[in-house]
Amino acid sequence: MQTKILYIGRDTEITIVMKRLLNARPEWKGICVCSDDEAISILKMQDIDLVLLGNGITPECEKVLKAHITGLKPNTKVIQHYGGGSGLLYGEIMGALN
Amino acid sequence: MSQFILHKENTRGHANHGWLNAHHSFSFANYYNPERMHFGVLRVLNDDLIDGGMGFGTHPHDNMEIITIPLAGAIAHKDSMGNSAVIKSGEIQVMSAGTGVSHSEFNALPDQQLNLLQIWLFPNKKNVTPRYDQQNLDVEAMHNNFQQILSPNQDDAGVWIHQDAWFSLGKFDNGFETEYKIKKAGNGVYAFVISGEVTIDGQTLSKRDGLGIWDAESISFKANTADAEVLLMDVPMEF
Repeated sequence: MQTKILYIGRDTEITIVMKRLLNARPEWKGICVCSDDEAISILKMQDIDLVLLGNGITPECEKVLKAHITGLKPNTKVIQHYGGGSGLLYGEIMGALN
Repeated sequence: MSQFILHKENTRGHANHGWLNAHHSFSFANYYNPERMHFGVLRVLNDDLIDGGMGFGTHPHDNMEIITIPLAGAIAHKDSMGNSAVIKSGEIQVMSAGTGVSHSEFNALPDQQLNLLQIWLFPNKKNVTPRYDQQNLDVEAMHNNFQQILSPNQDDAGVWIHQDAWFSLGKFDNGFETEYKIKKAGNGVYAFVISGEVTIDGQTLSKRDGLGIWDAESISFKANTADAEVLLMDVPMEF
């Protein structure tokens, strides 16, 4: 069974890289977006296991996103993604899921 | 009372990709060890050997303070901020990834292996404007002295970063003893032995061993061999 991961970040290039990295592993299904509205509509329609908050998300946006996630899917975990690429990704996801 | 964690050289994560032979003091890429995630804000300490002419193609980073110290050889760096530089042994490079930056890193020499330390620290402020810097290290000042090579302050010795961290590098004669005072309350020190053998707070460390110490105000240091070279990373433990 795949773990569904939603990445939200503002940098288009990093978002493309994250989509490639997340979907390179058969056990993960990665959905990557730059807009909070798009993220919220995905959260409404799909069961997401883990949300990664990437670059450029202001504290205000983070607060709003977390409130939506808690309201829509209280079991969905939310973590910060640092580094913008592959270096920390596996450890962050394994740490969150375990 | 001070506390410590010892990371022996042979307990590091290891990935040999042929052109890249990497050792990870903390979880990185496919090496995942929940006991080795970070030491305070110190998240990555990679010891990479890169074959001549080989390297990492253009890739992005964000929200990380990335410090590169070549130990042998030279790195050719290019980034999306327009920087293009070669960083040689005896120099230090810093990149604040902030809102996002892309860069490439290659061994600048076709016929010589490159050995570098790449260190990532969590920043104390997210989404800063990306920046790049490199500096020569004062190699003479490192003789029997922990010479500061990085700090949070723009007007202080060494490069600066967005974090309350101080790095110091020293090369010591056999038998030389000193004490290092931790720069800020709440910080810990991660000592990484580049070469030789040393004793820090009673722990004997060999080449590429790491020792993290916290809840302390200072650490004691003694060089046990003539070629002892040590990097101290004084970093916040809470973030």
